Amino acid sequence: MNNSNLKPDVQPVLEIRNLIQQFGGLKAVSDFNVCLEPGGLIGLIGPNGAGKTTVFNLVSGFYQPTSGEILINGVNTAGLKPHQVTGLGVARTFQNIRLWNDMSVLDNIRVAQHGKLPYGFFHAIARSGRYQSCERQIEEDARELLEIFVLQDFADEFPKNLPYGTQRKLEIARALSSKPSLLLLDEPAAGLNSADVKELIRLIRWIHEQFDVTIWMIEHHMDVMMELCTYIKVIDFGETIAEGVPVEIRNHPAVITAYLGDDNI
Amino acid sequence: MFRRYSIQLILVVGGGLLTYVAYEELLNLYTLSVLMFMGVNIILSTSLNLVNGNMGEFSCGHAGFMCVGAYVSSILGVWLFTKDKVFGAPILDPEWALYAFPFIILAGGVAAALAGLLVAIPSYKTRGDYLAIITIAANYIVISAIENIGSIGGSRGFMGMKKVVNAMGDVVDLPWMPIWVFIFTIFCVWIIRRYVSSTFGKGVNAICQDEVAAEIMSVNTNKIKTVTFMLSSGLAGIGGGLFAYIIGYVNPGSFNILKSTEVLVMVYLGGMASLSGAVLSAVIFTIMLEALRPLQIIKWVVIPLLLIIVMQFRPEGIMGNKELSDIFPWMKRFYRFK
Repeated sequence: MNNSNLKPDVQPVLEIRNLIQQFGGLKAVSDFNVCLEPGGLIGLIGPNGAGKTTVFNLVSGFYQPTSGEILINGVNTAGLKPHQVTGLGVARTFQNIRLWNDMSVLDNIRVAQHGKLPYGFFHAIARSGRYQSCERQIEEDARELLEIFVLQDFADEFPKNLPYGTQRKLEIARALSSKPSLLLLDEPAAGLNSADVKELIRLIRWIHEQFDVTIWMIEHHMDVMMELCTYIKVIDFGETIAEGVPVEIRNHPAVITAYLGDDNI
Repeated sequence: MFRRYSIQLILVVGGGLLTYVAYEELLNLYTLSVLMFMGVNIILSTSLNLVNGNMGEFSCGHAGFMCVGAYVSSILGVWLFTKDKVFGAPILDPEWALYAFPFIILAGGVAAALAGLLVAIPSYKTRGDYLAIITIAANYIVISAIENIGSIGGSRGFMGMKKVVNAMGDVVDLPWMPIWVFIFTIFCVWIIRRYVSSTFGKGVNAICQDEVAAEIMSVNTNKIKTVTFMLSSGLAGIGGGLFAYIIGYVNPGSFNILKSTEVLVMVYLGGMASLSGAVLSAVIFTIMLEALRPLQIIKWVVIPLLLIIVMQFRPEGIMGNKELSDIFPWMKRFYRFK
């Protein structure tokens, strides 16, 4: 996990060096470092406002960092737009579900292939051979993916009509449809009941095994994190306060202080 | 076989019938011109629907792009094929007018598409109300620019297009204007349908529903915005070109914000993001305008009032977010609207 024990011949999926993000006078993220090997399932936790989502927004290209470097599969993302960063193999979900609610479930998956479309406007108008074969392939893949996620019955339904848990599942499926090497999950268990949370844990573990993808997730449900993650990073006020395997984190004094407050106030 | 080609069949029969009726003068000129304006209105409302309905932006400067198309194709036609006091003798033999006409109209469309960049580029950073203000500004820029170019008539307007239309009639004796309007109307609706039903074009709806998610899910939002604005304004330019040749006279005043509002009314009457709704409401609106003609100026009290009533009781418009085939499922056998 740390730079020291990373095998030199393994290309890290994500490498962040000395990342700093400043909003005016507020340091939302300060000196953040991480190096994710392929195949990991890593957690990012911290109290509200600690800067977790900011880190995700920086990785997905939504913000340009004040300073520091983000390398995805070895490519520096400085100056890239979010859709270009996505093209490097990153996909993410959002804290508040962001599906396209007035588009069918199938179209939600289809549009997520936008970055890989080999045709442009004129092919679409002319319905050229390239367009035809590409559209057929996209539809086939999308239906296949829906079947894998057991969502095929909802293909023509609008996402807004689906139950909350199914929407979460669809959002994860949409993110995976671009075949990313790194999947960022921003509080996937938010708003789910305990039965749904159990289902979600199974789903994430299953995705991790099936899709050959590195998962980095933010979550407030500690049981989810303790059960799933092999390694957890804790931040507070933008600073990394602890990192390690779940058991270490559970008993780490700095983490307990950050969450429960200091005794000596 | 019949079902597969039913739409094409209907269109060919309809076009043939229109040509026949116009040729034999079974319809008076008034009815014929109403039909032609209907075609132009269909082009305008479907193209604006692309931006206001599918992309969810609020463009209220559509007439500006129409104006660019109208002037460019008018000037091209007059310059190339007629003897004019500004441009002098015709450059090409007027016999070529017929074959060049579609290209003249398309050239107007291309010019209008380029003018569309005036709105497309600010739209990268701006949206909603602020972009709406930019579209109004674009409308005014176009009109004021043309008003201040004396050589093309300035605010007095520009004429001479009737000679081009007559030159076409001299080559082959057919009622060319109704035919061209018919062809271009179908062309525009056809392009829009193909665009919005492709995965590429569905990016437009994705931007409308959640731009952040669209960008994160690999949609190049700036590119899609550029293409959509240029397509929308380019088609408006085609509509403007046809409009100019139907009337035979253009002046900047007829493309002001009132004209843009008229198109907006059609879009909101028909229903957002519904192609068949936009076509339907353009037809209804044109007929309504003519039917209410006896009311004279009070017409402009009645029509906005109707809009208020529609917004009050059916804010999603006549068709809402649906296509005809969603409301009448039997139509799917003949034509896939989406």
